[in-house]
Amino acid sequence: MSARDEILGRIRTALGPDRAAPAEVRRDYRLTDDRSPDELLDVLTDRLEDYRATVVRCAPSEVAATVGSALRTALGEHSPADVVVAPGVPADRRPDGAVEDDGRPAVALAGYAATVTGVAVAIAETGTLVLDGSPLSGRRALSLLPDCLVCVVEAAQVVGSVPEGLARLDPLAPLTMISGPSATSDIELQRVEGVHGPRTLVVVLVA
Amino acid sequence: MTAVFLGIPTAPRGVGHLRGDLSFPDAARDSLRDGQLRANLGHATATIRGKRAAVVGEVPDWAELREAGRAIKAATMARLDEHLIALEEQVTARGGTVHWASDATEANEIVTRLVQATGTDEVVKVKSMATQEIGLNEALEAAGIAAHETDLAELIVQLGEDTPSHILVPAIHKNRAEIREIFLRTMPGVDPGLTDDPRKLAMAARAHLRERFLRARVAISGANFAVAETGTLAVVESEGNGRMCLTLPQTLITVMGIEKVVPTWRDLEVFLQLLPRSSTGERMNPYTSLWAGVTPGDGPQEFHLVLVDNGRTAVLADEVGREALHCIRCSACLNVCPVYERAGGHAYGSVYPGPIGAVLSPQLTGIEDNASLPYASSLCGACYDVCPVAIDIPSILVHLRAEHVEAQQHAGPEALAFRALSKAMSNPRLWRLAQKAAGLGRFLAWGRPTLPAALPPPASRWTRTRDLPTPPKETFTQAWAREHGG
Ligand code: SF4
Repeated sequence: MSARDEILGRIRTALGPDRAAPAEVRRDYRLTDDRSPDELLDVLTDRLEDYRATVVRCAPSEVAATVGSALRTALGEHSPADVVVAPGVPADRRPDGAVEDDGRPAVALAGYAATVTGVAVAIAETGTLVLDGSPLSGRRALSLLPDCLVCVVEAAQVVGSVPEGLARLDPLAPLTMISGPSATSDIELQRVEGVHGPRTLVVVLVA
Repeated sequence: MTAVFLGIPTAPRGVGHLRGDLSFPDAARDSLRDGQLRANLGHATATIRGKRAAVVGEVPDWAELREAGRAIKAATMARLDEHLIALEEQVTARGGTVHWASDATEANEIVTRLVQATGTDEVVKVKSMATQEIGLNEALEAAGIAAHETDLAELIVQLGEDTPSHILVPAIHKNRAEIREIFLRTMPGVDPGLTDDPRKLAMAARAHLRERFLRARVAISGANFAVAETGTLAVVESEGNGRMCLTLPQTLITVMGIEKVVPTWRDLEVFLQLLPRSSTGERMNPYTSLWAGVTPGDGPQEFHLVLVDNGRTAVLADEVGREALHCIRCSACLNVCPVYERAGGHAYGSVYPGPIGAVLSPQLTGIEDNASLPYASSLCGACYDVCPVAIDIPSILVHLRAEHVEAQQHAGPEALAFRALSKAMSNPRLWRLAQKAAGLGRFLAWGRPTLPAALPPPASRWTRTRDLPTPPKETFTQAWAREHGG
């Protein structure tokens, strides 16, 4: 007998011949968040800053300039070619001179100082950005290897709760949920930001 | 119904880490002498407890989420076979390959074979309870394959040739000076001027591992959840080492206990709220990765999912005990447990320590191999209160104790003592005699508040793990008679 048949057989034996229908799952927890869009932006900002991410707000016309100045703050003086952007980020939102991710071997991305991407959705209550592997979010290695990550979030992409956030996502896409810079508390429980992922996270909120 | 009766095998002996070398009381006595360990543990558990309480307290519908989490798990177990078949179908449809392993030995063989097929002799690993349980690192090593742990705490444990002591913070028993010493001794090319500043230590680990991540061809991970209806796998983490492993290598092998499946995508909206708040006390952990099969041009192009039984179906056969399979490994129950806080994770002998370990390990191995664990609890109930999926650990403990007592052919000294006690207590004359005899204990105590631990057997079986108070000068009834003239 194959291990598969063996295990499935054991499960059937364990559960016995007459199985009652499992009780229905009651989803009477909060499915939506009724706070106003403005309030949600404030909550998102508060949560992200609590994780020690930097949040800057700007108008749609100021995105490229805001990203550029955020990069100067994070990296100091740098070459524009140290910055790589996800292919779906519109041209008028890219910092001058940035390189587009052209699908080179993933490990080559480690040579860049910073990445600029969009997001698929942002969840205010938990301060979470979700990237979905689309051209706008970029492939997973792009938001992982360079040490500084700048994410541009549109106000319309911000939802209140986790259930609302997951409902907007495609379960078949490669998803990365990001809540602050990478961190560890493994040494005497002291929080250290930035172990393997980007040590700096900047969120540009377009509202 | 028990697994033994139904002929369902438990986790085999001689492989993996579900059994300790010592019984709980013996192992605990060693760790109780380690003042450093107790201080670290006390600090760690108190800190995480406080953080958890704060972020759970701010969720108005926590009770509803917890009940939904419990109900989803119960419904999953009731149809476990169907959900696993659906999961296999979905993962396969998206370019993954599913393997089934009925125990640790089979799982290790499958993974070893898969790694060998890629032609590499080293792999990077994300912290995973399942791979520790089956002893995968040792099996790979025996096959000449080096398995590099990449979680900072696991790295500390691995480099120090130590074993983990906590599910969430496995190196909590080591302080910064000890970690610095381990890094200096074992990391090739480390800066000899390395200080014990946690930031500096973390950066040393980052530098040490980065090159490994970039050259790795095979990664091995566990999974926190697997969605049956979509084939989506989830790994929840903080440091980004998980993302490195799940993203950069060409081949990904995920090893998962069969109980980790959840039926629907929507179920994650419950667990992704319950887990981070209960575990690290954060509103959300820094990184959660979700993937279904293989995505062309993004991440590993070869994906294997290994589904492991290793005693889980035996647990499923016990209608009371099966609730232990609902565990989402948040470790909240460890952090509130007065026994764990003092004895530490190593005393439990298994990779699953604390209250959940006390109910899960003996069921996975069969009670005879972990007989002391169901007694490693004061039944205070704190674990049940914090459990995000409402596992009634105290009731399972009592259930397992009963099973253990039943399994014993001969009455032990404890059973004999209680039998004698019950006889004495049902007869007033015998009871008064017994009370007089207890007064003799005062001679042994020599004025100290407790009796010496070195009572002769069989009484020593009781006193070696308990402080027995010195009996009072007179009993309540004697005092009453003296003062009121009885
Ligand atoms: S038993 Fe409950 S509290 Fe303990 S680790 Fe599992 S899920 Fe968490």
